[in-house]
Amino acid sequence: MRPEALGEAVLDVAVLVSVGRHPVTGRARRADQDARGVELAKSLERAQVTLLHAGTLGEEDEEALRGYLGMGLPSLALIEQPRGADVLPALARALEEANPQLVIAGERAEQGEGSGMLPYLLAERLGWPLIGGVADVESIENGTATLLQALPRGQRRRLRVRLPAIVSVDAAAPAARQSAFGPARRGEIEAEPAAVEWDEAQTEWSVTPARKRPKRLKIVKAASARDRFKAAAAKAEGGSGQVLTDVTPEQGAEAIFKLLKEEGVLR
Amino acid sequence: MLETLLPILIFSALVLAVIGAVRRVLLWRQGRSSPVPILQGLAAMPRRYLVDLHHVVARDKVMSNTHVATAGGFVAAAVLMILVHGLGLANPVLGGLLLVASALMFAGSLFVAKRRRSPPARLSRGPWMRLPKSLMAFSSSVFLITLPTVGILPAGTGSGILALALAAVLVCGLGEMFFGMTWGGPMKHAFAGALHLAFHRRPERFSSKRGSGCATALKALNLDDPKAPLGVETPSDFTWNQLLGFDACVQCGRCEAVCPAFAAGQPLNPKKLIQDMVVGMVGGSDAGYAGSPYPGKPVGEHAGTPHGPIVARTGTALVDAETLWSCTTCRACVEECPMMIEHVDAIVDMRRFLTLEQGNTPGKGAEVLDNLIATDNPGGFDPGSRMHWAADLNLPLMRELGQVDVLLWLGDGVFDMRNQRTLRALVKVLRAAEVDFAVLGNEERDSGDVARRLGDEATFQALARRNIATLSQYRFQCIVTCDPHSFHVLGNEYGALGGPDFNANWEVRHHSIYIAELFAAGRLQVAPSKGGKVTYHDPCYLGRYNGEYEAPRNVLRSLGIEVTEMERSGYRSRCCGGGGGAPNTDIPGKQRIPDMRMNDVRETGAELVAVGCPQCTAMLEGVVDATAEVRDIAELVADALVERSADAGNGRDSSRASQPAVESRPVVKEVTP
Repeated sequence: MRPEALGEAVLDVAVLVSVGRHPVTGRARRADQDARGVELAKSLERAQVTLLHAGTLGEEDEEALRGYLGMGLPSLALIEQPRGADVLPALARALEEANPQLVIAGERAEQGEGSGMLPYLLAERLGWPLIGGVADVESIENGTATLLQALPRGQRRRLRVRLPAIVSVDAAAPAARQSAFGPARRGEIEAEPAAVEWDEAQTEWSVTPARKRPKRLKIVKAASARDRFKAAAAKAEGGSGQVLTDVTPEQGAEAIFKLLKEEGVLR
Repeated sequence: MLETLLPILIFSALVLAVIGAVRRVLLWRQGRSSPVPILQGLAAMPRRYLVDLHHVVARDKVMSNTHVATAGGFVAAAVLMILVHGLGLANPVLGGLLLVASALMFAGSLFVAKRRRSPPARLSRGPWMRLPKSLMAFSSSVFLITLPTVGILPAGTGSGILALALAAVLVCGLGEMFFGMTWGGPMKHAFAGALHLAFHRRPERFSSKRGSGCATALKALNLDDPKAPLGVETPSDFTWNQLLGFDACVQCGRCEAVCPAFAAGQPLNPKKLIQDMVVGMVGGSDAGYAGSPYPGKPVGEHAGTPHGPIVARTGTALVDAETLWSCTTCRACVEECPMMIEHVDAIVDMRRFLTLEQGNTPGKGAEVLDNLIATDNPGGFDPGSRMHWAADLNLPLMRELGQVDVLLWLGDGVFDMRNQRTLRALVKVLRAAEVDFAVLGNEERDSGDVARRLGDEATFQALARRNIATLSQYRFQCIVTCDPHSFHVLGNEYGALGGPDFNANWEVRHHSIYIAELFAAGRLQVAPSKGGKVTYHDPCYLGRYNGEYEAPRNVLRSLGIEVTEMERSGYRSRCCGGGGGAPNTDIPGKQRIPDMRMNDVRETGAELVAVGCPQCTAMLEGVVDATAEVRDIAELVADALVERSADAGNGRDSSRASQPAVESRPVVKEVTP
């Protein structure tokens, strides 16, 4: 049953999906976070979900994108962008045109730059609010959404945000349902040509495989099990941290520079 | 008076039977098309009935004799009755024969009645309880009515009332035997069963004069046609001869008695499943079912229609999904079914819809399928680490050799530390016998067995096609594997995926078969066993799927081990619970299947249970407080190997000097002069 048939207000939700990369084999797949975004969209009542992808349609890409269709969506809109293009303007234009109330994106892509900046840059361009790390959309009424945002250590924060808005999801959102072969094969990929803006900056970059980031050792000096539990469950309380408010960008940058020096990141 | 009444009764019963038959055929025709040779099938039917069906029925001698007497007597009596009483051929010879036939049938029905006095739980009750009475009513009334015809009693014996009473009894009998046969009574099994044998979807499974048949490979789905349906959603999505097969069920419950999931209290009963398919085909609720229910699911809560869904996305329909996912695909039900019904095919057909269309594989099933797609193995391990277990073994690689005698298919057990011990043992045995072998190494992928049993035909075919492409690059005489699942899939299921340009029919052997051959050729020398009681657990995919019961026992015999058989062994072996993706879907029951199997082992008093399958090893070794050790046949052989004499030892591996065996490679060697 199409949501329109209910004759009630329909919520337009756009999910930005990318081509993922399996962490072990590097094969193209539906990206985990984006798939969680689709799952979140599908769990919304009266939602009209559209899938948006900006990129090319290579054979491997198509199989990965069909992974999203296999979650039970009839079609996916492909904004055609060649490799090396900056997808941001094209995506922003498409969103402006479609004007969805809610845009869901994964926190960061599994390949390419994977900077995690896309939702932020989109929000900046569109002038929409952005909520990161959303675990659940609790309700949507009168143009406002009540969201549950995931914080470290399983904590949740309830936020109210006016729509349209962009939310990004990470591993805290519900796991994506299985992608089924039948709907994946039947689903349609509707390619739309779009103006191309080349990513000039990227050509100047050199790309190397990422190294595992070193983890800061957590030294817990606890005498009893109770203390250890408290230490494990406690909020991050960086003792020497400081909150800067009402400072000029220069002051802020200076503070960050100072911290990086202290931590030995910059020498 | 009877002379005028009898033809009317007989022919009206026949007419009603024909009307019922047409109705029944139309019900079957709701199914999808499935081309079968009609005339050839009808011609083969008597042999299939007398040889294959009775081979299964004869496992229960009393019941077999009862059925021969009752069914044989009935068929003869029915034909003769139509001739003598229907057409009025009051020939004393025919009449005499009719007396004999009806007497035989009566004798048979006495045994049926005796069995029905306190029927075992596996038998259905309800209308089946009146069957002996109907059989006796038919046979006795026909017998009595025929007495005047042959002149034993003078014509016109008995008053009109007696004749009327006799006619009334005959009507009861005719009603059950003729009318009920096509209108859905217990005798339906005779009508549908005969046609089911003739139009069976797997004609290859029947024996011929050339030998016994075996057809256990699942039928491939056509994935090239985007319009072709994926699996079975509604009862009418089965092929017409599958529906016919369901209708042939005689509700004897032999499947129920052997089903490991049913015994474990999981919500599956093969008999009920088949009956539910009949309910769906006709339309209605399962309230009329009079046998054991699915454990934990009362009868009467499910209903379906021919074109309605079998499994509802929410709520209940004909069958609950967990019923379908409880099956271990062990084929015990199919092996026991006297009507040759293919339960496992039906279950996998319905699973295919759930996985390929609904994306509803339960438990870890979905994760396993995702892993198979992304990493070619169900555990999600790095496919590049496939050979890490054998880092010290210097296994020859197919890619480097191109041509060997034996391609050793390792299977996904390479990632499992327990199975790695089996593989090491197998390599040791092959080296001791100086077998020219090689492995695919990282080029090998999961055979696709689990994906296929979980209903993901797409992933199975993708894996299979890539494996076929890899295998067809190399030349070898046979594939040897220690995994019966790979053995079955490579040997029986890949063949259908081969094309005109490449052949996917290889000679595949289970390691027990190959080791038995090595023993027969005198290529292995072993020390006699130290004794101790040993039993052997038949893996489903080696035994029932491939009919190989002897080779593993021969190997054990060559080791000097006398196998103490479990009560359920050979074709009746009880599943370990590890097949069909059942450990992944993990449907809860009252007890675990492997626990029951280790109990079977305990009952023999064996200290060691020999196995031949990585799944069985894992499942049986997972049993807590087991009384017996679980060892693979390869491990037993490897342990018993005797080093050859020095001369022979020097000669070994001469054919492949670049890859010396591990044992002969010194770790430290003194080089001081």
